[in-house]
Amino acid sequence: VAGPIASGLSTASRTALLGLLLIGLVGFGLVADEYLLDIGVLVGIYTILGLGLSIVIGQAGLLDLGYIAFYAIGAYWTALLSTHFGVSFWILLPTSAAIAALFGVVLGYPTLRLRGDYLAIVTLGFGEIIRITLNNWRGLTNGPMGIMAIPHPAVRVPGLGALEFGLKVQLYYFFVLVLAVLTVFVVWRLVHSRIGLAWKAIREDELAAGAMGVDVRRAKLLAFGLGAAFAGLAGSFFAGRAGFVSPESFTFAESVLVVCIVVIGGAGSLAGVILGAIVFIALPELLREAARYRMLVFGLAMVTLALVRPQGLLGRVWVGEEHDEPQTDEAGVVSGLPSQV
Amino acid sequence: MSAVYLQQFINGLTIGSVYALIALGYTMVYGVLEMINFAHGDVYMVGSFLGLFVLGLMGPLAGSIGGGVAVALSAAILGAMAGCALLGVGIERLAYRPVRGTSRLGPLIAALGVSLFLQNAAMLIVGTRPKAFPALVEKQLYHVGGAVFTNLQVLILGASLGLMLVLDQFVRRTRWGRAMRAVAQDAEVAGFMGVEVNTVVMLTFLIGSVLAAGAGIMVGLYYGIVDFFMGYIAGLKAFTAAVLGGIGNLRGAMLGGLLLGLAESFGAGFIGAQWRDVIAFAVLITVLVFRPGGLLGEQLPEKV
Repeated sequence: VAGPIASGLSTASRTALLGLLLIGLVGFGLVADEYLLDIGVLVGIYTILGLGLSIVIGQAGLLDLGYIAFYAIGAYWTALLSTHFGVSFWILLPTSAAIAALFGVVLGYPTLRLRGDYLAIVTLGFGEIIRITLNNWRGLTNGPMGIMAIPHPAVRVPGLGALEFGLKVQLYYFFVLVLAVLTVFVVWRLVHSRIGLAWKAIREDELAAGAMGVDVRRAKLLAFGLGAAFAGLAGSFFAGRAGFVSPESFTFAESVLVVCIVVIGGAGSLAGVILGAIVFIALPELLREAARYRMLVFGLAMVTLALVRPQGLLGRVWVGEEHDEPQTDEAGVVSGLPSQV
Repeated sequence: MSAVYLQQFINGLTIGSVYALIALGYTMVYGVLEMINFAHGDVYMVGSFLGLFVLGLMGPLAGSIGGGVAVALSAAILGAMAGCALLGVGIERLAYRPVRGTSRLGPLIAALGVSLFLQNAAMLIVGTRPKAFPALVEKQLYHVGGAVFTNLQVLILGASLGLMLVLDQFVRRTRWGRAMRAVAQDAEVAGFMGVEVNTVVMLTFLIGSVLAAGAGIMVGLYYGIVDFFMGYIAGLKAFTAAVLGGIGNLRGAMLGGLLLGLAESFGAGFIGAQWRDVIAFAVLITVLVFRPGGLLGEQLPEKV
């Protein structure tokens, strides 16, 4: 999870820092009251969403404004199959990710040739199409009323009884913590793999990357598919946790919120994404009276950030400048916004 | 049956001409700056509310000064256009100019932020409930071949086409129009040649916002209702229209707007009105995938 914050630290002290953080998060789960835990669960969901989208935006440099559609697909897949066919949540969780990934590739395929801002609009249109379809296709989705009474997850061990998640917030907190840690680990590994390097190359200069032998189509499709998979995972968890899904949860504003989390934290910086989730989800929840002004402040924050720190809170300063030094810190984390094409 | 087609044709043309007006703002800004001005739809929304506000002020006055409706409407249009012009130029100066040329994502994020800000500021000021827009124009119905259209539809179509014609001639024949075309072609070189690039960009935002304000008033009169969220979906539609025609191309935006209005009107007639928005987005995605340059745009490979 190292961003520039930890870039000055040695591997050992970084591991120690991560361990402390994890202990802190577990400790929080043991002592915090339900209200705080509930916020913790939300932050967890949005951390997963943010990390998934950071693959698409931060790594591959593709601005996806319809990302929440994959979250919706995961949530509805879980809701429909569990209510109609009684499929176990533990089968639906991974398959939600798979279905969302499939949709990600299906959306990604025709848009491969599109440039940044066209891609943004197409993904936005895709997100709207999914939401409107969920709203209108009453036979399948029950329209704006949504799907109710989705079974909560439960672990049944033969001979030992069952652990019902039900409405126990603490269990969901630890569950989402596990999912989030898993997501961090997988994304971290991806970013530092060959495919991660390919994404960075594409982000910096697509033509040059192609000329150097990067399979641009494959890398972009992988970014779309993998990014979507995490949204599907988060959506499935959301459906199991809330027990209820409706199209209202999957509006364009939600997509913008996740984009905010990724961009403001510093596109390309994993720690930045987590910080973004905390800033954008926990703070407004804690300042309830200010909830009316939340989106207004988001808007202002986005403009201000674009003006003052275009690389995000934890990104590195290099946007738009010619630079000879590589933009890689010790850990190999490349951060900041994609430069001009 | 053909009366139904005619009716859909008329309705589609009316709403399409409004899309075209908003689309011009997108296409002009894209032509000059190569950026999607996400806040443009919200400028149009502000135009509607400014018009409503001016009408509210005029209400008590209109009776006493005579001229009544015509005076009130002119004042609303002028007020909305002036306000939006100021807003558009202000947005460009404060939010877009500082990030111009930094990166591709920077201006886009700033534009999204401005859009979010305007929408929520409007919501806090006017509330979430839709507001009624007074039906100023006394309705007259015309019957042609089984279809019905109103004087308001004629007015909207006429006014939009008039504005488009003026803009078209302005860009083609005047010095400032030539400067705009020069900046659109190559801002840097245009600057070397003595074109005031910043002034041209300002002018572009000013014209786009004035047209959006006009569209805002027309839609208010047409639907009789305005709300803080109207700019989002209309903005997307208008952007679709601009892309359909070939972004950066003025005549393309006009054509795209009319075609999109027709596609929506016919599509809604055949498939169902609740799928109206899906039709627009499906058109957008199809066009971008198969003909990214749009109908009238140049089919250029990406610049290296």
